[in-house]
Amino acid sequence: MSMIQYLWLIPTLPLLAAALTAIAKQPQRRFAATLAIASMSLALVLSCIALTVALQHWGHGEPEHQVYNFRWFQFGDNHWLELGWVLDPLTAVMLVMVSFVGLLIFIYSTGYMAQDENFTRFFCFLSLFAAAMLGVVIANNLLLLFICWELVGLTSYLLIGFWYHKPAAAAAAKKAFITTRIGDLALLLGMVWLYSQSGTLLFYNGGKGCLEQTALLKLVTQTTSIGVAVSTGIALLIFCGAIGKSGQVPLHVWLPDAMEGPTPVSALIHAATMVAAGVFLVARVYPLMGAPATLVADHAEVVSTALRAVTWVGAITALFAATIAVAQSDIKRILAYSTVSQLGFMMIGLGVGGVAVGMFHLITHAFFKALLFMGAGSVIHGCHEEQDIRCMGGLRKFMPITFATYAIGMLALSGFPLLFSGFWSKDEILHHAHTWSVSHWPFYMGVVGALLTAFYMTRQVFYVFFGNCRLTLGKTTTSEQRTVAHGGATAKEHPHVELSSEPHESPLVMTAPLMVLAFFSVTLGFIGTPAWPWFQAFLEGKQLVSAPGKLMEGGILSVMGLSTIVVFAGIGLGYWLYGRKPVPASQQPDPIERLWPDVFYLLKRKYFVDEIYDWAVVGLNRRWAQACDWLDRWVWNGAVQIISYLTVVLSWANRVFDEKVVNLGFDEGCEGVSLGARLMSKLQNGRIQNYLRTIGLALAILVLILIWGCHAQ
Amino acid sequence: MLAWTIYISFIGVLAVMLLPRGNPRPARIVALLTAIAGFGCAVGGFVQAQPGEKQTIVQVPWIPSLGIEYHLSADGISLVLVLLTGLAAIAGILFSWNIENRAKEFFAFYLALIGGVYGVFLSADLFLLFVFYELAIIPKYFLIAIWGSTRKEYGAMKLALYSFVGSAMVLIVLITAYVNAGMKTFDLNILAGASLPHQIWAFPVIFIGFAILAGLWPFHTWAPTGHVAAPTAASMLLAGVVMKLGAYGCLRVAMTLYRQGLVESWGFSVLGVGSWRELFSLLAVIGIVYGAMVALVQQDFKFVIGYSSVSHMGFVLLGLMTLNSLGLSGAVLQMFSHGIIAGLLFAIVGRMVYDRAHTRDLAQLQPMNLSRVLPFAAVTFIIASAASMGLPGFSGFVSELQVLIGAWKAFPTLSVVAGVGILVGVAYTLRALQKAFFSDQEPAPAGVVGNSGHVGELEPISVPERLGSILLIGASVVIGVYPDILLKFIVPACSAVLTGCSPTAGIPQ
Repeated sequence: MSMIQYLWLIPTLPLLAAALTAIAKQPQRRFAATLAIASMSLALVLSCIALTVALQHWGHGEPEHQVYNFRWFQFGDNHWLELGWVLDPLTAVMLVMVSFVGLLIFIYSTGYMAQDENFTRFFCFLSLFAAAMLGVVIANNLLLLFICWELVGLTSYLLIGFWYHKPAAAAAAKKAFITTRIGDLALLLGMVWLYSQSGTLLFYNGGKGCLEQTALLKLVTQTTSIGVAVSTGIALLIFCGAIGKSGQVPLHVWLPDAMEGPTPVSALIHAATMVAAGVFLVARVYPLMGAPATLVADHAEVVSTALRAVTWVGAITALFAATIAVAQSDIKRILAYSTVSQLGFMMIGLGVGGVAVGMFHLITHAFFKALLFMGAGSVIHGCHEEQDIRCMGGLRKFMPITFATYAIGMLALSGFPLLFSGFWSKDEILHHAHTWSVSHWPFYMGVVGALLTAFYMTRQVFYVFFGNCRLTLGKTTTSEQRTVAHGGATAKEHPHVELSSEPHESPLVMTAPLMVLAFFSVTLGFIGTPAWPWFQAFLEGKQLVSAPGKLMEGGILSVMGLSTIVVFAGIGLGYWLYGRKPVPASQQPDPIERLWPDVFYLLKRKYFVDEIYDWAVVGLNRRWAQACDWLDRWVWNGAVQIISYLTVVLSWANRVFDEKVVNLGFDEGCEGVSLGARLMSKLQNGRIQNYLRTIGLALAILVLILIWGCHAQ
Repeated sequence: MLAWTIYISFIGVLAVMLLPRGNPRPARIVALLTAIAGFGCAVGGFVQAQPGEKQTIVQVPWIPSLGIEYHLSADGISLVLVLLTGLAAIAGILFSWNIENRAKEFFAFYLALIGGVYGVFLSADLFLLFVFYELAIIPKYFLIAIWGSTRKEYGAMKLALYSFVGSAMVLIVLITAYVNAGMKTFDLNILAGASLPHQIWAFPVIFIGFAILAGLWPFHTWAPTGHVAAPTAASMLLAGVVMKLGAYGCLRVAMTLYRQGLVESWGFSVLGVGSWRELFSLLAVIGIVYGAMVALVQQDFKFVIGYSSVSHMGFVLLGLMTLNSLGLSGAVLQMFSHGIIAGLLFAIVGRMVYDRAHTRDLAQLQPMNLSRVLPFAAVTFIIASAASMGLPGFSGFVSELQVLIGAWKAFPTLSVVAGVGILVGVAYTLRALQKAFFSDQEPAPAGVVGNSGHVGELEPISVPERLGSILLIGASVVIGVYPDILLKFIVPACSAVLTGCSPTAGIPQ
């Protein structure tokens, strides 16, 4: 059986589930959830089969791309637009990750959303999302990828705005959609440019695809009017799409706001899968990004402009977002900024180390970040929709499973040495950044980012799970008003929650996925250690060499040592500030706030980026639009009005002219005729005596004339 | 087969007129049956046609002394637009099921308009085309002036005046071309070879004459007011097919007659614009961005859609100006796509919302909870918005992509600007969507919000409306998923227009 022909089934299954749910009537909750979970399970099974197929094709020196292409429609003269899907190691690992994490989150959602009145709609959107995301993964065509990419954006919009009655959620949905669309526009233009240069959008097509030798050589050799190679221009435009989707600076603003959506959505879309799509896109078009180094052996040492851009954007984002996370107090927003920061790390990995390095962190991060978000969801659920970490505390006692799994996730994210997956993947990124030939700065920024990561995660865990319980119940009834007042800082997620007296552990349907994810958060690291780099070898299609001795090599060991020190420093600092004595009560200032109030304020308000954008971009756009409106209302419409008034004035003038000038002669003439006629008519008044009188008179005159005439002769 | 689309429509006019006065129901049913029969003929003709052929349907002398013929023919472009007209006609009748006031006359005018439109798309003789063109314009005035709303006399008059100024410009050029050629014929292909100086002045006159109706910036101001004033069905037709008449005229008449005048440089350049082609592509792009910008700040829901039409028609004009088969076929597909989507949007705003809420002011719609009260309208509008934003899976995506790629080859900078227009399109669509349907605020205290007291008492969405929505959405999705149905007809026809010699395989019927 050739799996490649049936690869389309994987996204189609969730799509079918979504369609069936959409058609079905409202109250069939069980039906919707069962259908969604069943379709995802099947998709997972097929993904695993795809992975085994990809594994069978391993070991030929290059990653092998099996493709299936077909014609979609006629595209201009004698051209056909072809679509297709591809099965290679990159697709295979992403497929398994997305369907596995997706399945766990689907299961978790049945518990988390159990109270929601729009349960079926939620599963419909969630299945639609999964379908689109799996479509992004298997696409062998930039256009097909873009199509699914847009559908992913649409479902993200629908799910962030799922509780659209919250103004903050509605605004966040709109913001997310428009911000990512800015990046998508660049991606679209890049795609248009790529097509007009290479004549195809297929990635791999037996040597004729746009990521293969022939097309790339053509793109590299051509230059644009401003002197850069066409390949660079296109790669940068495509990267802009990734910036938007993966929340990189400067388009990161939508991702933290997206936390207004339900927590499973945050876990699935805004932590594990969709935001990673940008990283995946860069990995997918890596031959283009890296050209010409990926193309010509002589240039192997040259780092392409596009990859430099990727690295720098990633480094800036990694550090920038980590600093903001330090000063946030909403449990989900801390995680959101952490996601932004970690996505920055992945970008660094892609830029300095290649596909395998970035993708390894993507996969491990997907597991432990989904774990953290679902843990946070469990906490929020247990605390009756409280999201402010300053109002929590001491939850360790009430929610032991959540605490244990959350701690594992936190240690993995911080990169706790040797045991946790995050350590191995982050360490590999730092190692490659250290040896980068262009600059050492990304390495330093990464190290500081790692320090901050360990610090803010420790801070969060101490706030949430240690100390006294500061939860004040009953306050949640008014939390919707607070949501409005605080601009969405906290949120009431479920409209109808029964208030019990204290925080409680979540049901098994929510904690079981946590435990599974916690297991993988630990173990996944071991498939990509320097001693046994199975993952990296698989992705790059190289021979697997297990070399335990590599762990002891100087470069690797020193970076590992440094990152260990950094992690311990971060955790230690966190403990010193937040763990030694009980965390202050919810109204008191944060310890950092006491030390540096101004810095804390700056970080808390996220460097005022939102305000600046609001003023510059949104305001400018609005003024522009108003100017256009004014132009339309007064100038164009005014011109029409003036022309019509002029016409009316001219008509008046015509009328006057007509009456006074043209008609004058006519009227005079008429007057004359009628006067004559009146006189004439007077003569003929029908009286016989008058006629006789006239006849008599005339006769007399005639006789007189005759007499006078005779005399004359 | 195709010619019957015209005849059936006019037979329908007669049939509706002959019905007894008073009861609107028979008139509706006759009109609907007529439209369905017309659409059936269109589909029949479409199924029989071969891609790439230009079929002559009928060709008989009409006014022999002037060489005018009754000559109908159809190529891929005509076929697609005839199909669009059929769809729009059915949908328009479904969405005007609630017309009670003088229903007989309404549907008579409506069908006359449809018949005229069919005629324009099928005419091969320029004089005949012009006659049908005028025939389509006249009922439009009455539809708006009698059954319209908001400043209807003003809107109707503005629309009529604009149309007639346009037709006057067209007529002048047609007569000049006829006289200059001295061949006693109105056959397009024979008239096409005029001298260059003549082409240089004649092209803009006839192009603008047609493009006024296609909403070319800055001659677009009739469109928003006309749309707003028109009753639902008329605004659906206005955006759905009448604006396409203009674009079709530009493509079929202006660009075929005076190709050289379009391309040839003036010999000087103003601000980098040195030929009519560059000028009009610039105006098209300005229209795209400008229309979207203005839509972003409108308070009247229907004005938002009205300006969005200006923006989307900019893509059609931009596609025409690319002069490559990709851009041109994109433009034709965009005509089809916009016809369907704009029709649906106007139907939602005019019929589903305005006829029930009696306001189109977004600020007044905000507190009405329309997504709860009219869930079907809300869902339909979400889908229509997605289609209008050019999301994949809908026809707009394919056509705008083609126009963008075509434009990239011809004028890269302009296609970037057009892309910005798409972005603003997202912004105004989402704004309208959220304000009109999903703002779900706490009900404001009585007296503050004016006439929103009757919320919750709205009549539910009726069956004809549901059918109409499904019809239009279905058409957009089918074309979005499998555009080759239309493109295999459009592409050869566009190539033929570009090369100037139509492959004629006459199959008289």
